[in-house]
Amino acid sequence: MLATIIRRLLQTGLVVLIMSALVFTALYMIGDPVLMMASPEATDLEREAIRRNLGLDRPLWEQYGIFLSKAAQLDFGNSFLTGESAMRLILERMPATLELATLAMFISMAVGIPLGIYAGLLPQSLLSRSIMSGSVLGFSLPNFWVGLMLIMLFAVMLGWLPAGGRGPVEDFGPIQLSLFNVEGLKNLILPALTIATAKCALIIRVTRAATRECLPQDYIKFARAKGLRERRVLGVHLLKNIMIPIVTIGGLEYGQVFAFAVVTETVFSWPGMGKLLIDSIVNLDRPVVVAYLMLTVVFLATLNLVVDIGYTLLDPRVRLGGAA
Amino acid sequence: MSRVVEPVAGATEAGASPRSPQAGRWRRFVAQFTSSKAAVAGLVVLLLSIAAAVFAPWIAPQNPFDLATLDIMDAKLPPGSTNYDGSLTYWLGTDGQARDVLSAILYGLRISLFVGFVSVLAAFAIGTAVGLVAAYFGGRIDALLMRIVDMQLSFPSILVALVLLAMLGKGIDKVIIALVVVQWAYFARAARAAAIVERNKEYVEAARCMALSWHRILWRHVLPNCIPPLMVIATIDLAHAIALEATLSFLGVGVPVTEPSLGMLISNGFEFLLSGTYWICFFPGIALAIVVVAINLVGDHLRDILNPRNEV
Repeated sequence: MLATIIRRLLQTGLVVLIMSALVFTALYMIGDPVLMMASPEATDLEREAIRRNLGLDRPLWEQYGIFLSKAAQLDFGNSFLTGESAMRLILERMPATLELATLAMFISMAVGIPLGIYAGLLPQSLLSRSIMSGSVLGFSLPNFWVGLMLIMLFAVMLGWLPAGGRGPVEDFGPIQLSLFNVEGLKNLILPALTIATAKCALIIRVTRAATRECLPQDYIKFARAKGLRERRVLGVHLLKNIMIPIVTIGGLEYGQVFAFAVVTETVFSWPGMGKLLIDSIVNLDRPVVVAYLMLTVVFLATLNLVVDIGYTLLDPRVRLGGAA
Repeated sequence: MSRVVEPVAGATEAGASPRSPQAGRWRRFVAQFTSSKAAVAGLVVLLLSIAAAVFAPWIAPQNPFDLATLDIMDAKLPPGSTNYDGSLTYWLGTDGQARDVLSAILYGLRISLFVGFVSVLAAFAIGTAVGLVAAYFGGRIDALLMRIVDMQLSFPSILVALVLLAMLGKGIDKVIIALVVVQWAYFARAARAAAIVERNKEYVEAARCMALSWHRILWRHVLPNCIPPLMVIATIDLAHAIALEATLSFLGVGVPVTEPSLGMLISNGFEFLLSGTYWICFFPGIALAIVVVAINLVGDHLRDILNPRNEV
């Protein structure tokens, strides 16, 4: 068990290292930030000075070495635009993305699991078939499209909800959240629904498949034969067992929402990390883009690792079967 | 859709009698496919939109790229308006540059479908080749190739495409490259899974006994039998590619303004949406949704019929 965890840790470390090299070389090729920063009238000499100041005149491998040693201390340099620490800029935006992703995943689980169980229990009923057709819509429609339609309906036509931006925030220690006041929630609900639409479709499918797999099992039959009430059979015996795949997929998707938030945040001008990434790409603000990508790489790799290990711990069958 | 089964049937090398296995398989496939009304409707819509895209220059009321025919006085007209002498009706209204929205959609569909088909075909070719080679040779080659695939798939496609396009710049060719990069891995994984099953079958052993070269065995014998699951992936990926291209263009890193795809049209209309001029954004959006959903309906049903061993 310990050996497996250590091996997976090493693998994750290797992936992060490879990705850091890829991200760094890739970003090195994007545009010339000096041209963006220097005024158009700047002389070649002044441009050279800026280049030297930023350390861009050194060879690529040397820049990478410096980058790695600084990255280990979570220092990704300062934004070319504002001069602030890139890491800080991102961390400042993180609570906004975090509350968006959390609410979105909560909605998709709260809606998706009951619908999925229903569709799994009565696969032939008309409602089940509509749920399944609806889920095709959910994951085939592009994210930004759903966002636009929600804006059109609720912001422009009905005027019930704001079309974008973040509402008033409240301080919770070092972070600010808009989740706990009505105005803030009004701003949050449309972007969260946009993300939830796609995720909900996936949760429905996973839940339905898991339910259908569980139902013919002996322990369900035995629970029924014991004369347990249907509610207990479904609520305890079925639910416990289908939670394993749902938690796995849910965990992985929660990580993906961070990346998907790029699109949704742009549509709704939500001041989160994704919007920051797009703005930084457009402005060729290399340190911020690199810092964002590195954070995402580490975050997703860790998430995969945690889900993998958690899975082994949760499900004895995996542990015994795959005794690696 | 005949491509789905033809290669499989061809591999069985049966006699040409009217009740040959090919004909039987094909008939069974058609019967299974038509059992879902939604899938048939999806296929019809898909074929109609391909036709609309191909014949756009002949059926569109106006050439939206021909600036000479545009009259700036006609900008932002609501659906159903006519131009000054009544010779042209803007059924879906006009956009900010006085382009007929319907014509713009037909031309945009051309670009969206072109990008989708080309990128999926390229990803299909590259991914399948990688997957088959990995499955056939196994060992270290397999391990290495599959590590790369795993790594690629652990990152969200939108993020990878975004960074690639930031690097490469705008352009249809660059969007296609980015889409191939994010999609080949799905084909590689599915092709490998299918080929590993096929590898141990008797016909491969027979081919080996005949001392056929490995590439002949792989491409002429194994590949045709791996096609059905790959077709499912290709269909679903086509929808994915079109949606992703639209998303990238919407974010401003996709196709250039001079060659507007559906995503670009939606992006252009977005700025007018908040002021209530909904049609510039809404109708291209509906067109995109119809195409993507139609392809997904076909793909979803194909997956049920062909039942390949792959995940969503």
